Amino acid sequence: MKSAGLRLVRTQAFRIVLLYALLFALSVTALLGFTYWNTRRTLDAQADQIIQAEITGLNEQYQRLGWQGLYESVVNRSTNAGQALYLLADGSHRRIAGNLDVWPSSVAADSGNYIEFDYERRVNNLPETRRARGEVFRLEGGGFFLLVAEDVHDRDLTQHMFTTTLPWTVGLILLLGLAGGALMSQNMLSRLDSINRTTGDIIAGDLTRRVPVTQARDEFDLLAENLNRMLDRIERLMKGLREVTDSVAHDLRTPLNRLRQRLEQSQVRLLSSGQDAGEMDRAIAETDRLIATFNALLLIAETDAGTGRQAMTVLELDGVARDVAELYEPLADAKGIHLRLESRPGALIEGNRSLVAQALANLVDNAIKYTPTGGQATITVAQQNEGVELVVADTGPGIPAADRPRVVERFVRLEASRSSPGTGLGLSLVAAVAHFHGTQLKLEDNRPGLKAALTFPRASKTAPIRSAMAAE
Amino acid sequence: MRILVVEDDIEAQRYLVQGLKESGHVVDEAGDGEVGLSLALSRPYDIAIVDRMLPKMDGLGVVAEMREHGNSTPVLFLSALSEVDDRVKGLKAGGDDYLTKPYAFVELLARIDALMRRRTPAGVKTQLQVGDLELDLLTRAATRSGQEIELQPREFRLLEYLMRHANQVVTRTMLLESVWEYHFDPQTNVIDVHISRLRAKIDKGFEGQLLHTVRGAGYMIRAAAA
Repeated sequence: MKSAGLRLVRTQAFRIVLLYALLFALSVTALLGFTYWNTRRTLDAQADQIIQAEITGLNEQYQRLGWQGLYESVVNRSTNAGQALYLLADGSHRRIAGNLDVWPSSVAADSGNYIEFDYERRVNNLPETRRARGEVFRLEGGGFFLLVAEDVHDRDLTQHMFTTTLPWTVGLILLLGLAGGALMSQNMLSRLDSINRTTGDIIAGDLTRRVPVTQARDEFDLLAENLNRMLDRIERLMKGLREVTDSVAHDLRTPLNRLRQRLEQSQVRLLSSGQDAGEMDRAIAETDRLIATFNALLLIAETDAGTGRQAMTVLELDGVARDVAELYEPLADAKGIHLRLESRPGALIEGNRSLVAQALANLVDNAIKYTPTGGQATITVAQQNEGVELVVADTGPGIPAADRPRVVERFVRLEASRSSPGTGLGLSLVAAVAHFHGTQLKLEDNRPGLKAALTFPRASKTAPIRSAMAAE
Repeated sequence: MRILVVEDDIEAQRYLVQGLKESGHVVDEAGDGEVGLSLALSRPYDIAIVDRMLPKMDGLGVVAEMREHGNSTPVLFLSALSEVDDRVKGLKAGGDDYLTKPYAFVELLARIDALMRRRTPAGVKTQLQVGDLELDLLTRAATRSGQEIELQPREFRLLEYLMRHANQVVTRTMLLESVWEYHFDPQTNVIDVHISRLRAKIDKGFEGQLLHTVRGAGYMIRAAAA
């Protein structure tokens, strides 16, 4: 469970949701930014309009009634001003009239443009610094200054609201996105996990398992139902295959048994009456070859059908390799071939001991059969990243690359080896045993010779031995 | 020896019964599982040969029922079924040995003898002797005519098995199953090469051959006719 978080982040669902959240946050930022910019522009324009109107009004008074008229207008307007600010000052910026007490220090004498400045005002007898926007005019040749402004405190509040809200909003969106993503991926993961667990069990041989279907009737359920339908079909086919091999086994073994018994009887009769039983010996030997081929074929069929799961154990490959090497060493020795074993204990795999031994024996038998006197055959068991590798390499003629895929097919024997005894099923059986254990038989060039390799999945220390197939 | 044969294939049954009688055994036969079970439970047998697939009651069921009733008669299963799983199932159900059809009659006889031998252990032996060949199971020393013979561990086990079954035919598959503890087809007769190595050690240069090849069957260790 230690990498559960990492697993979550790696899921497609989480990545999609995260991307979506990022995109959404970006759009929200852009949208809010635009709204902010637009609102501010509108508010500024509004303020400017009001100021412009004031200025126009005051200018009219000034034009019509002169200095006195302007003064009265300023006094008048100041008494019931809303957001408007007026300040009429002399050449040294001293207040003459208006609702501003002092000339704001930040305002230059004549900017000729809209300016923004801070001013102090008492609200409920408490001094408060507020922001205003306005314009300054120089009157009477520089003897007086007129400041006409509009309080824009509310605009700043709005602006402030935007700037403080935006990071929070984006943060919240991302947080919610992450949480939602995690939740969604968790949900998807758990459902995918259950599908993966089930298919894993099925691959391991338990064909009775089915993917759970929920009440949600969503696409996962659809997938689960389709998988289950497929599994039903596979189970039926496998069961059929097993039944066929069983009945073929029974229906052919029974007459073969009678045939062999009759031959034995005749042989005994001939021998007891002092006659030559040579023909009968050869007939029995021929029957035994037939039986051996039949047994090998049946074993391949059974292995392909997944029979033999009952005898699955955690076994040490090193032990099997050692036994087989020891079993074949005298045979190799008699042929003048050096049979070597390179293996160390500790390589645990989950397997059927006698099938693994049979496969290894077939490979070693082939190596000894095809390697000329003075050659060498090596059995290697090595821990690799992908699992435990079992290799049988020889210094014989090898198999041309083009023929390698063909030799694992049933009854395929290369011209060069037709004269040697054998059923032509040896490598097919090795390939079947490989499939049975969830791996593949790889044939490579040993330069010179053949290198046959099987990489078994490593048995986890806690691996429970796969339960027997429930279908009986 | 009293032997019970439970086999539904009439021809196979007849051949089996005849062969066993010729080998000097007393034989009862049954054609289905129910008759087989009632015979097994009502009469004392030294061994029961039970077919795996039987009418009325499956061979596994017969043996399971026998064991349930505390009957410990050694059982040898005969089976025409698949070998991979069935062998395991048969032995789990309480069978003592398992032979797949078609089989050689000598193989069956050898296995019956081995099962009988297993049933009558003559105490715990620490020393095996055949003629002038002696095997000390404690010191793991082999001597013939007082002369020490050096054996590899597997050769020792091979010789021990042969000597425990002295004067009995021991087949190649029995050796592979008992000495190597594997059940598979070794393609080539690898056991023969092991035997000839062993023979070179225990027979070569000594008076009288002990390790014999039984034609068409297997091997036997026995003292020179005395």
